[in-house]
Amino acid sequence: MKVRIVNPLGRYLCRRLIHGVFIICTIVVINFLLLQLAPGDVVDVLAGEAGVATPEYLANLRHKFGLDKPVLVQLGLYLKNIAMLDLGYSFRHNSPVLTLIVDRLAPTLILMVTAFVIALVIGTFLGVLAARWVNTWRDTVVTVFALVCYASPIFWIGLMLIIVFSIKLDWLPTSGIETVGAFNTGFDYVLDVAHHLVLPTITLALFYLAVYARMARASMLEVFQMDYVTTARMKGLREGRVVYKHVLPNALLPVLTMAGMQVSSMLGGSVIVEALFGWPGLGLLAFDSLFARDFNLLLGIFVLSSALVVVVNIIVDVLYSVLDRRIELR
Amino acid sequence: MKEFWRLYSKNIGGVLGLAFIVLVVVMAAIASLLYPTGPFTLTGSSYAQPFHDIFPLGTDSLGRDVAAGIVWGARVSLLVGFTTTLIAVFIGVVVGCLAGYFGGVIDSVLMRFTEIFQTIPSFIFGIVLVAIMSPSLYSIVIAIAVVTWPAVARLVRGEFLALRNREFVIAAVAMGMSNIRIILTQILPNALSPIIVISSLMVATAILFEAGLSFLGLGDPNVMSWGFMIGAGRNAIRTAWWNSTFPGVAILLTVLAINLIGEGLNDALNPKLRDK
Repeated sequence: MKVRIVNPLGRYLCRRLIHGVFIICTIVVINFLLLQLAPGDVVDVLAGEAGVATPEYLANLRHKFGLDKPVLVQLGLYLKNIAMLDLGYSFRHNSPVLTLIVDRLAPTLILMVTAFVIALVIGTFLGVLAARWVNTWRDTVVTVFALVCYASPIFWIGLMLIIVFSIKLDWLPTSGIETVGAFNTGFDYVLDVAHHLVLPTITLALFYLAVYARMARASMLEVFQMDYVTTARMKGLREGRVVYKHVLPNALLPVLTMAGMQVSSMLGGSVIVEALFGWPGLGLLAFDSLFARDFNLLLGIFVLSSALVVVVNIIVDVLYSVLDRRIELR
Repeated sequence: MKEFWRLYSKNIGGVLGLAFIVLVVVMAAIASLLYPTGPFTLTGSSYAQPFHDIFPLGTDSLGRDVAAGIVWGARVSLLVGFTTTLIAVFIGVVVGCLAGYFGGVIDSVLMRFTEIFQTIPSFIFGIVLVAIMSPSLYSIVIAIAVVTWPAVARLVRGEFLALRNREFVIAAVAMGMSNIRIILTQILPNALSPIIVISSLMVATAILFEAGLSFLGLGDPNVMSWGFMIGAGRNAIRTAWWNSTFPGVAILLTVLAINLIGEGLNDALNPKLRDK
């Protein structure tokens, strides 16, 4: 029997989900190939941890883990495991990879969401400012600021912020998510975390702020030339009203599209920011696993972050169609 | 060419950027004359203050000259920036040409493939690739090229789709030209200007990418690079701010200059967009 989904949104979601699953499967296969390429296997790691191991013992272990089977069989096993959300075991941390990742997800999401909101709000605001007073000193200041932020390596911006705000002024902490040994609870704890969040957030946000400011400026200037804006001005509306009620809502759409595409890049940025500020999220976990040569963990993060991007992309597309009724879901 | 230069020189930022990059290239080229002993030699006491004596930019924890590191680091940044861009643009152009010209099944297969590469967070992918191949200039260049080509492929495909059904291409088909000849001699030259612009921006991306990898400790251990210097100076940030600051300024100015060149090229090559 054929199931017919009449609702266009439902049909669209279905298609996108199938497509997303296809993408994730391919990434898992790539992931498996990368694991094969990685120097040493689980058994080598185990033997290294144990200190002593005879060749017979190693062969026995390899047999137990199925590592002596043909590569294709191993791939099948691996796919089966991933489908059951088993991302393998981190021998370094003595814990399943999935547990480790889930534990670290919240700090990363807090960091990314805060940085994203700040970048979007301030970036758009600066873009509007520049477009409203185009070719004046305000425009120049915003443009130069955006160009500089756009060209700076984010870890360097972070270090400069640390020098100024932590070392010279001593206002903000340099690392971690909470004051060690303070054991704050309730509201004090939230304040403490927020205090630690300031520098990492600004560091991560500045680059995207620059991107959105440039984008918003260009998009505003384009909308300013449309006929309906002239009509609004002809009606005698105040300039502020024209800018915020008539131009901005339409100019925002391209900025939002851009923002949706940046989730994947922001995940990369958070690796650097977390490594720099010791923010205990996924990025720091990835950074630590690099030096522990814990490839199971590193590739687990790799797969899950890709999956996160797929999910966010679908959400953004749906949101986008809700915001702009002209777009049909196909 | 003269006409191009006339258009390009109208953009002050582009001219300044070009001048700066020429300076960096010269600096990198004569690095062995300026600091013949290389960037790793211990030249003086550790943590010498900048703007004093013989070390204009100070020294680091081991007494290595920061200025020497910056001059030698320019080589690495430029080398990585340009080779990576060459490789990534080559892959991107090949994939984009095939997808845009032939369309149909080839197009959808290639675009699915491209989409997968665009979904994976590129910096994390880069880290994984370098970690698995073990850090060296080689693996860094390959990793950055592998994660950055999709942008070029999509751009080239778009250009080819737009040009594919134009009269001059149809005429070439009617004349019995081979596909390869049409792609190389008819369509590609007409799609060249956006490819040049995106290439210039990719050099900047690659330099930032390399700096990020080196900062995380994934740089080539045998060469001095700006990202590595920032990362190494990080531990002594309280005592010696200059160790991390100056290499960062070098990256910032170089990337800024390349971005300005990109804008200048865009203005000169797309006269219609200039007033935007």
